Amino acid sequence: MLSVQGINVFYGKGIHALKDLSLEVGQGEIVTLIGANGAGKSSTLNTISGLVRPRSGSVVFRDMDITKLPAHKIVEAGLCQVPEGRRIFANLTVQTNLELGAYLRKDKAAIARDMQRVYELFPRLAERKQQPAGTLSGGEQQMLAIGRALMSQPQLLMLDEPSMGLAPLLVKEIFRIVQEINRAGTTILLVEQNARMALSIAHRGYVLETGRVVMTDSASVLAEVDEVRKAYLGG
Amino acid sequence: MVEFFQQMINGISLGSIYALIALGYTMVYGIIRLINFAHGDIYMVGAFIGFFATTVLKLPFFPAFLMAMAGCAVLGMIIERIAYKPLRHAPTITLLITAIGVSFLLEYGMIWAMTPQPRAYPNLLPTYQFNFSGLIVSVQQLFILVVALVLMVLLHVLVQYTKAGKAMRAVSYDKEAAALMGINVDSVISYTFALGSALAGAAGLLVGVYYNRIDPLMGIMPGLKAFVAAVLGGIGIVPGAMVGGLLMGVAEALVSAFLSSTYRDAVAFAILIIILLIKPAGLLGKKTQEKV
Repeated sequence: MLSVQGINVFYGKGIHALKDLSLEVGQGEIVTLIGANGAGKSSTLNTISGLVRPRSGSVVFRDMDITKLPAHKIVEAGLCQVPEGRRIFANLTVQTNLELGAYLRKDKAAIARDMQRVYELFPRLAERKQQPAGTLSGGEQQMLAIGRALMSQPQLLMLDEPSMGLAPLLVKEIFRIVQEINRAGTTILLVEQNARMALSIAHRGYVLETGRVVMTDSASVLAEVDEVRKAYLGG
Repeated sequence: MVEFFQQMINGISLGSIYALIALGYTMVYGIIRLINFAHGDIYMVGAFIGFFATTVLKLPFFPAFLMAMAGCAVLGMIIERIAYKPLRHAPTITLLITAIGVSFLLEYGMIWAMTPQPRAYPNLLPTYQFNFSGLIVSVQQLFILVVALVLMVLLHVLVQYTKAGKAMRAVSYDKEAAALMGINVDSVISYTFALGSALAGAAGLLVGVYYNRIDPLMGIMPGLKAFVAAVLGGIGIVPGAMVGGLLMGVAEALVSAFLSSTYRDAVAFAILIIILLIKPAGLLGKKTQEKV
């Protein structure tokens, strides 16, 4: 479904953030990218989303070359990112945030139906419809960010550190919902520092180190590999 | 007492013109954090477009009015595309200096093209005056007030309730996140310039009608005052620009009537200094508290 081939990304003059990075995501999968801070996980997602331009390499999504497309066209193609730090529109209401998620859609009835679905998935958002999003708690903001992305009806949903800054119970809740979204037919590419949680729900994983893929396998195998256990799973 | 109310009326009609110009400042600031110093000059160009529409093309008020607005909208978009868009990732100071450059270009370009001679604006509106027991209100003043109000209400509805307005507010808050929603950030910025400039064009023609006199440097002082009005209300906040503009107009009218007209320009900058000292976020601005 998504095929990233040999991308190289540079920041400024010196920093080589992604080095010949390749990865594949198949229809219906949950694929996770794990790795330390600065390994290039977010850079990978931002390159796929069109926020960062690779110097070389290609990104192909459902047989369409999206490497040079602007970010808003990539959303149109069915690929949506929930960015790191949630990046909700804190000045706008919960409802307006969700409406903006559906910005490119014109099918009013279907939008209303999807909004209802998001509220069912996240009942706490339904209670806070008319509140400015900035007044939500961290967990609620993450739910809103995910809900907002779902409103664009993505074929592939990319999540960047959805567990960041959340209490363990909330992290579990968020991961359960990610699985639920996947079961409903959305392919997931998940970036996480919480490797244990990520590997527990993913089908396959890639391990990134300083901008390179150093290992890739099924999630259950990765969780047993010594290097991964030592480096990311705390022994 | 009659004198006081008379000055209030004069102040409000002047203030609604400041408000129209201030809206453009505040919208552009809201979306790309730029004080567009060329904005006052766009207003001047609007006055000239109105002048040519009525004298050369012999158009009546409303078609000329629409032409001034449309012409300025296009001018605003062109300026954004040529001067500001290439600097999207440059430091703010670069953008600011560019804006001053654009301002000079418009001022001296118009002097070159039109000569610096002031021109007399044709009378587009009836000069009839109502007299309410000593209180004099001209048709022109009422017209300015009504037109400004209608435009502000339209803008408010647009920004608050339409999809385009929501996209503007999203872009103003976080451009990358907006792009991730599928919003074309460049075109939102472009139409924000178009809207703000159209309002300035409207103000330009209204001032031409009100004062009967236009020249290529007429945009400097109202531009600065409208900027102060935008800061007074809270820069980046649309209702703030409206309130700030009206207050500025009233303050100016009252000061020139009851103190001395020598101070009518000084009052604007006194207000700027006071607001920056005691409430730098502006009257309607507030420090937003966000949970992280």
